[in-house]
Amino acid sequence: MNNEELKQHANHIRINILKEVYNAQSGHPGGSLSAADLLTVLYFEFMDINKENAAGIDRDRLVLSKGHASPLLYAVLAEKGILPEEQLMTFRIIGSKLQGHPNMNYVDGVDMSTGSLGQGLAAADGMAIANKLAGNSHRIYALLGDGECEEGEIWEAAMAARHYGSDNLCAILDHNGLQIDGKTADVIGPDPLDEKFAAFGWHVIHINGHDYDQIRSALNEAKNTKGVPTVIVADTVKGKGVSFMENQAGWHGKAPNEEQFHQAIAELEGK
Amino acid sequence: MGMATREAYGEELAKLAAENPKIVVLDADLAGSTKTALTKKAVPERFFDMGIAEADMIGHAAGLAASGFIPFASSFSMFCTGRAWEQIRNSVAYPHLNVKVVGTHSGIAVGEDGVSHQAIEDIALMRVISGMEVYVPCDGAETKAVIDYVAGTGRPCYVRLGRSSVDDVYAPDTKFDFTKINVLNKGEKTAIFATGLEVQEALKACRSLQAEGINPTVVDVCSIKPLDEEGIAEILKTHENIVTCEEHNVIGGLGSAIADVASKYMPRKITRIGLNDRYAESGEFKALLKKYGLTDEAIVKAVKAF
Repeated sequence: MNNEELKQHANHIRINILKEVYNAQSGHPGGSLSAADLLTVLYFEFMDINKENAAGIDRDRLVLSKGHASPLLYAVLAEKGILPEEQLMTFRIIGSKLQGHPNMNYVDGVDMSTGSLGQGLAAADGMAIANKLAGNSHRIYALLGDGECEEGEIWEAAMAARHYGSDNLCAILDHNGLQIDGKTADVIGPDPLDEKFAAFGWHVIHINGHDYDQIRSALNEAKNTKGVPTVIVADTVKGKGVSFMENQAGWHGKAPNEEQFHQAIAELEGK
Repeated sequence: MGMATREAYGEELAKLAAENPKIVVLDADLAGSTKTALTKKAVPERFFDMGIAEADMIGHAAGLAASGFIPFASSFSMFCTGRAWEQIRNSVAYPHLNVKVVGTHSGIAVGEDGVSHQAIEDIALMRVISGMEVYVPCDGAETKAVIDYVAGTGRPCYVRLGRSSVDDVYAPDTKFDFTKINVLNKGEKTAIFATGLEVQEALKACRSLQAEGINPTVVDVCSIKPLDEEGIAEILKTHENIVTCEEHNVIGGLGSAIADVASKYMPRKITRIGLNDRYAESGEFKALLKKYGLTDEAIVKAVKAF
């Protein structure tokens, strides 16, 4: 897929993220928008998931460890034709399958129930180990937040993934530098995350998480890295694509009002 | 003296794992103590030591279960149910993943290691989680049968096991129905519900009481959740006095579970034998049971006090 097509998909995914959160009047736009380019490249160029195989596990899988980016995952699944697009308007509404944080039993293509931060990488490595035991070559991806890496379990899992040589596991770290209480650097300072993962024996690739060529190249490099797991530390902009949301911690978990929503959609449709 | 329930677990799990390629076993640096080392020896390729990282162990178990495997994840009860509680709640029970959490060295019978290692809250912690099942076998035969059973349910569960050798209650070839309570002595007037190693204490108490002409009913409650409400209600209706016995805090465990049933079907006066919302201490396990009021003598006293 060429970069222009990827951009169109990513833009449409961003529009749907806004629609989901606006319609629900709750949810997490900031960290969904920051990782939209990463998951667009991953789902359209790397993962072998489609409408036919989404219900099963005989394919590549993604653990959305930063489960609050559920609007992104649902929008990606809709963009891939796995989830009916109109269902996005049920997000977070009572009776919906699109829970605030994703439930693997409700939605085909949601590969792990997540939401409590720090738990996804361990589950992802469990899947990676399972794939090796089963003798298949499917890959496991985990989308992590940088704030999430303040959870100790991330590092327990990082130790285990290296120990068990999970080279079929690729963590993608949405390094947007913000968390609910402010800048990650001001809250508790999880950086330098690339050096930390390197110290745990991972192969580390540092990229611009909005550059399709760099994302593609990193995912290829991860695929070709043997013996150790790979983490792609992707520098991103929280709220990317909506001017007034960019780099604002306040948009971590807040819905736009009507005026803000229309402005956001107009900006994205103009791109 | 029979075998410790953890030993029975280790033997049965190694056997099952050798037969069933879907079984995987995880431990958190206590394989020698939990006896999962026997599986490590039998099928090393399906044994994973996760190091001293219980939360991560449960997360890995969830990922393996989400991939079609049947993981047994073990550590001491304190650490696998306490440290990893929220992983069990969110990564296992909520998504209904087929993970078997098996805790050994539960209760105060862990003895000399002291309070930091004495899980007296684990039954409460696990039974409060929607979708978790809780089994507390009392001896080697029951443990082996429970392990066989849970391996085939397809549902998450917690199995609570002990460190020390215990008397055999059941013959090795006993057939169990874990959806039902097990009446070990059919008596009258007073019923004693017991779980885990308190079953042996209840049976000893029963024999002492029988020598004095009192014949209490003794019930082994191995499945604390799901609970055989119907069977328990029947006992409550036909007995005036109820005693519950558990090597656990009296809050949240078997006593609470029986009281829940009583409040629904047949209110009765219930005396709860257990840790009275306090910590124990280091010491030899029989001496601890005695000091903290968990022996047959305490049960006899409770029955006579009605």
